[in-house]
Amino acid sequence: MNLPTELKYTENDEWIRVEGGKGTAGITDYAQEQLSDIVFVEVSVSVGEKVEKGAAMASVESVKAAADVYMPVSGVITAINEALPGTPELVNSDPYGQAWMVKFDIAEPGQVDGLLDAAAYQKHCEERSH
Amino acid sequence: MAYIPHTDEERRAMLAAIGVGRLDDLYDAVPADVRFPDLDLPEPLSELEVMQELQMLAEANLDTRHFACFLGAGAYNHFIPAAVDQILRRGEFYTAYTPYQPEISQGTLQAIFEYQSLLCNLTGMDVSNASHYDGATALAEAVILALNHHRGKRRKVILSPAVHPHSRQVVRTYSQGMGLTILGDEACCNGPADLARLIDADTALVAVQYPDFFGHIVDFRELADAAHAAGALLCVAVNPLTLGLLQPPAAFGADVVVGEGQPLGIPPSFGGPYLGIFTTKNEFVRKMAGRLVGETVDSRGQRGYVLTLTPREQHIRREKATSNICTNQGLMALASAVYLSLMGKAGLRRVAELCYHKAHYAAEAIARLDGYRIWNEAPFFHEFVVACPRPVAEINDHLLTEYDILGGYDLGSSYPELRDHMLIAVTEMNSREQIDDLVQALEEAAHA
Amino acid sequence: MPEPLIYELSSPGRPGVPLPQPDVPLAELPTGLTRDELPLPELSEADVIRHFTRLSTFNYGVDTGLYPLGSCTMKYNPKVNEEAARLTGFAFSHPLQDPQTAQGNLALMYRLQEWLKEIGGFAAVSLQPAAGAHGELTGILIVRAYHQSRGDTKRTKILIPDSAHGTNPASSTMSGMQVVELPSDGRGNVDLQALRQACDETVAGLMLTNPNTLGLFEEHVREVVDQVHKCGGLVYGDGANMNALLGVVRPGDLGFDVLHYNLHKTFSTPHGGGGPGSGPVGVSRALVDFLPGPLVEIVEAGDDEEPPLYGLVMPAKSIGRVKAFHGHFGMLVRAYTYIRMQGKSGMRAIADHAVLNANYLRARLRDVYHIPHDRICMHEFVAEGRWDDAPDVRALDIAKRLMDYHFHPPTNYFPLIVHEALMIEPTETESKRTLDEFVEALKSIAREAHETPELLRSAPHNTPFGRLDEVQAAKQLVLCCRPAELGQA
Repeated sequence: MNLPTELKYTENDEWIRVEGGKGTAGITDYAQEQLSDIVFVEVSVSVGEKVEKGAAMASVESVKAAADVYMPVSGVITAINEALPGTPELVNSDPYGQAWMVKFDIAEPGQVDGLLDAAAYQKHCEERSH
Repeated sequence: MAYIPHTDEERRAMLAAIGVGRLDDLYDAVPADVRFPDLDLPEPLSELEVMQELQMLAEANLDTRHFACFLGAGAYNHFIPAAVDQILRRGEFYTAYTPYQPEISQGTLQAIFEYQSLLCNLTGMDVSNASHYDGATALAEAVILALNHHRGKRRKVILSPAVHPHSRQVVRTYSQGMGLTILGDEACCNGPADLARLIDADTALVAVQYPDFFGHIVDFRELADAAHAAGALLCVAVNPLTLGLLQPPAAFGADVVVGEGQPLGIPPSFGGPYLGIFTTKNEFVRKMAGRLVGETVDSRGQRGYVLTLTPREQHIRREKATSNICTNQGLMALASAVYLSLMGKAGLRRVAELCYHKAHYAAEAIARLDGYRIWNEAPFFHEFVVACPRPVAEINDHLLTEYDILGGYDLGSSYPELRDHMLIAVTEMNSREQIDDLVQALEEAAHA
Repeated sequence: MPEPLIYELSSPGRPGVPLPQPDVPLAELPTGLTRDELPLPELSEADVIRHFTRLSTFNYGVDTGLYPLGSCTMKYNPKVNEEAARLTGFAFSHPLQDPQTAQGNLALMYRLQEWLKEIGGFAAVSLQPAAGAHGELTGILIVRAYHQSRGDTKRTKILIPDSAHGTNPASSTMSGMQVVELPSDGRGNVDLQALRQACDETVAGLMLTNPNTLGLFEEHVREVVDQVHKCGGLVYGDGANMNALLGVVRPGDLGFDVLHYNLHKTFSTPHGGGGPGSGPVGVSRALVDFLPGPLVEIVEAGDDEEPPLYGLVMPAKSIGRVKAFHGHFGMLVRAYTYIRMQGKSGMRAIADHAVLNANYLRARLRDVYHIPHDRICMHEFVAEGRWDDAPDVRALDIAKRLMDYHFHPPTNYFPLIVHEALMIEPTETESKRTLDEFVEALKSIAREAHETPELLRSAPHNTPFGRLDEVQAAKQLVLCCRPAELGQA
C-alpha cells in the first residue's frame, strides 16, 4: 500500500497535502484498491465555495461500490480537477498525483493536526481488513 | 400437497442425512407456545376445482370484451395482438429472475435494452430505465430525482391538477416524510400560466400531464421556459400510445418524461400489473432510480448486455441510495417491447389515429345532444369531458342496463368542481356502431 | 451467436400487424402538434416472434432447472396460475368500473386479504403495494404516521441489522427516517446488547427479517421484540423469508406490528425477469387505520340467498395511496389460486419441505464448503465460496462454473457479513434427485478449485455467452440504440 509520509489522512480514506495555507485532497491507494476499477468520479463542489470539514465534496463509483468523499478540513475551494470525470481510472493508477480532486485555502489550520499521519492511517487500515 | 415432489422414502433418507428424527425437530428455535398454529384456511382444492371456482369469480365481473367500454382515466381498452402473450408465456422469460447473472440472462437483458431504446425513441429522451411499478410511482421517483438534483436545497414541487389524481396522491404519500411543499393542484382549472406564477427559487420540479387527465393536448413550452429560468426541472407524464401521433415531450423541453405504459400491449387487469415509464436526459442518468441495462462485450468478444450503474441502487448504496426500488416490471416491459415491435412505425401511428378520429366523431355527436356540453375547448386526443344533465352515476346506470355500455369516469369523485361531468375515452376497440349506441344511450338517459 | 437488436432487424416498409380502416369520418389532425418522425422498427409478426423466441433461449428460468437463489424463493410457478390470471373476467376488467360490476374481483381480493391476515397473524392487510421494497416503504411510513398521530415526533430512528437486505435502509431513508445499524452476534442473531443500548425514545422501530438473511431463526426473537416495544418502538417484519414460517409460526403472534409479504417469493407468482412482484402489507390492530387504501371490505352482509356486497373503503388515517388503482391484481389472482390449491394443510407442508431441502443440502455440503453458522437452518443457508488452500478461487468463480453444470448459481455476496457468501435456497418444489445432482456439481467444483482453478476463473464455458465486461459497460455507457445510428429514419 502506497502511503506517502508527507501527507495526512482521514479515517474515511481521504488524503491531504498541506503547502503553506493551501490544501490538496483526494482518496488513498487503500480506498481505490477496495473499490476496484473506478468508472465514475464527480466533484460536487465549486470554485469559491466554502466547504466544512466532513462535508461531501465528491463521489466515486466502481462497478460494485459507490463512495462519498469528504473534505478532510474546512476550506474555500480554489480549484477542482476537471480532467478526472473524463479519465476516472486515474484514481486507480495515480491516487496521490493526477487524481487530486480539490485544491483549497485551509480555513482552520488547527484541524490539520487532528488528522492521521501515515503510520496511524496504516494501522487504521490494518485493523479494518480481516 | 401440490408441487411438493417428495416421497415418504425420500423424506426418511433426508431426515437421516440431517440427523433429526422428525420434521417437527427442525423447528426447535421457534418459541413453543406459538408454534404450529391451527390456521383458519379452507382445505386444498385440486387444479380442476380451483379453475371452476375462479371461473365463477371471473364471471361475476363485467369486462371490456363483453361490454362496450368508454372508460379510460389512466387505464385503457386497447387491441393487444395475440403474439404479445405468446412471448410472455415463454417460461424462459417469465420464470427467470432479475438478470444478475448476465451469462444466462441475455434474453431478459437484451429485451430490456430494446425496451429502453424503444421508449427513448418514442419520447425523444436520451435514456430510459428498465421501468418502475406504474406511472404514478414513476412520477414520485421524478420528484425524488429533482430533489437530489438540487441537493435537497429546494423543497417545493408544483403539480398540475390535470395530472392523474392517483399520481398526485402517490407523490404526496411518498414525500410525507420529506418536508416538501406541494401545490398547484388546488383548483381543477389551473393551467400552465397559473402554474408558472407559482414557480420560485425554491421550486425543484414542475409536473404536468400530456395529454392531460381531461384529454387535453396542452402547449407547455412557456411553462417549460419559466421552470428552466428559475432553475427548476420540468417533468411530463405521458400516455405513450399518444406519441404515435403527437409531438414527443422532448420537443418542448421536458427534463424527465414519465408515464403509464399499460396502453402498450398490457390488458386492463383491474389495475395491475402495469408499467411505469421513466426517461430522462443524459445529465440526470446517475440520479435516475431503477435498473438500467447497458451494452458491453463478453470474454469471447460478443456483444452482450448487463445491468449497469448498479452502485446507484439500494443493494450497494443502502441508506444512501436515491430510491429503495428493487423490482422493475420486467415482464410488462417485455410486453410493451413486443407490442411496439409488432405495431411498428406505421401501426402505432395508425392505432393513434383511429383513437383520435373515433373520439372526435363521438364528441361531435354528443355535442349536438340537448343537455350535454363538451367541456374542453382545447385540442384533445382520445378522451374528452362532457358536462351532463344528470349525475354521472345515474347516466352510467342507464348505459349499462339498457345498452351494455361501460360509461365514462365520474370526474366529480376526484374534482369537486366537476360534479356531473363525465370523462369519456374512445379507442380503436370502439366500433362506429358502439359509438352511435353510446350517443343514443346518452340522449335517452337525459330524459329517463 | 448473439441475436441482432430489434432495430437491426427492421426493414423499411415491412408490414406489421393488420389494423382496421377507420369506420368514422376523419377529423382534422391538431395543427402543429403532430410529430414528423416516429423512430420505431418495422417488422413482420414472424420476425418479431422469431426474434423474441431466440432471445428467450439465452435465458435460464425456473422452468429450465434449479434456481437456488437465497432470499428469492425461486419455487416452481404453477401453470394453473397463468390460466387463472388470463380469465377474461379478470384480465379485461377495468379498475375504475363501478364496484358493483366487479364483485368477482373484489371477492377474490377480500378473501386473499383474509387469508394473508390468517397466515401472518395480523388484523388487516392491504394488497396495494407493488413489490417487497414498496411494501417496506409502506410499512415504515405507517410506523412514522403512527408515532406522529400520537404526537410522538421525536422518534426519527429505524434500527436495522447489518445482515439486512439493502432495501431496508433505503426504504427508511426514503421515509425521512435515520438509519442506525445494529451488529449481529457470533451466532448470526441481532446483538441483544447493542439493541438494548440503541433503544430509547428516539427509536421509531426496528426492521427485522426472520428467519434472517443467514437463513437462521432469530434465537431471541421474543426478547428483541419486547426490547423494542418497551422503549415505545414498533417492529417491522421483512417477510421475504416467510417460506420457512408458513403454518409454523405467525409473525403477528411473535409480536410483529407490521410486515410485508412477497407474493412473488412465498406465494409462487413468477418473477418475470425482474418483475412484476406484489408486496401486500399486514398490520396489528393498532395500525389498521393507517394502511394505504382503498381496502376491500364487505359493505353489505350477505345471507343464504345473496353473496355479500364488496366495496372499496379508505382507512380512516391512511398514509395515502402508494400506487395507482388497486395493486397488482394479476398477481393477486395467481396468489389466490396458489393458496386455494395449497389450503390449510399445504401451508405447513411448504415450510416443512423448504426447510427439509435446505438442511439436506447443508448436511451434504458441510464437509466440502465452510458454513459459518452450521446449525439447523430454515429455508436457506449461507456457505463460504472460498478455501484457504485454494486462494485464487472466489464465490464469483464458483457461481460462474455452476452454469457449466446447468444450474443457476446461488446468491453471491449477500449477506455482506459473510465473506464470499453463497446463499443457497432450494425451495420445497425441488426433488431429492435434483438436490443430489446439485451436490455432486458443487463437490466437483470444489475439486476443480483445488486442482484446476483456472477452469473456474474463466468459467462459464458451456453457455451462449462468457463473462460480461461490467467495467466497460459502466465506463462507456451505451443505454439505448438509436435508429439514426443504423441509417434508419
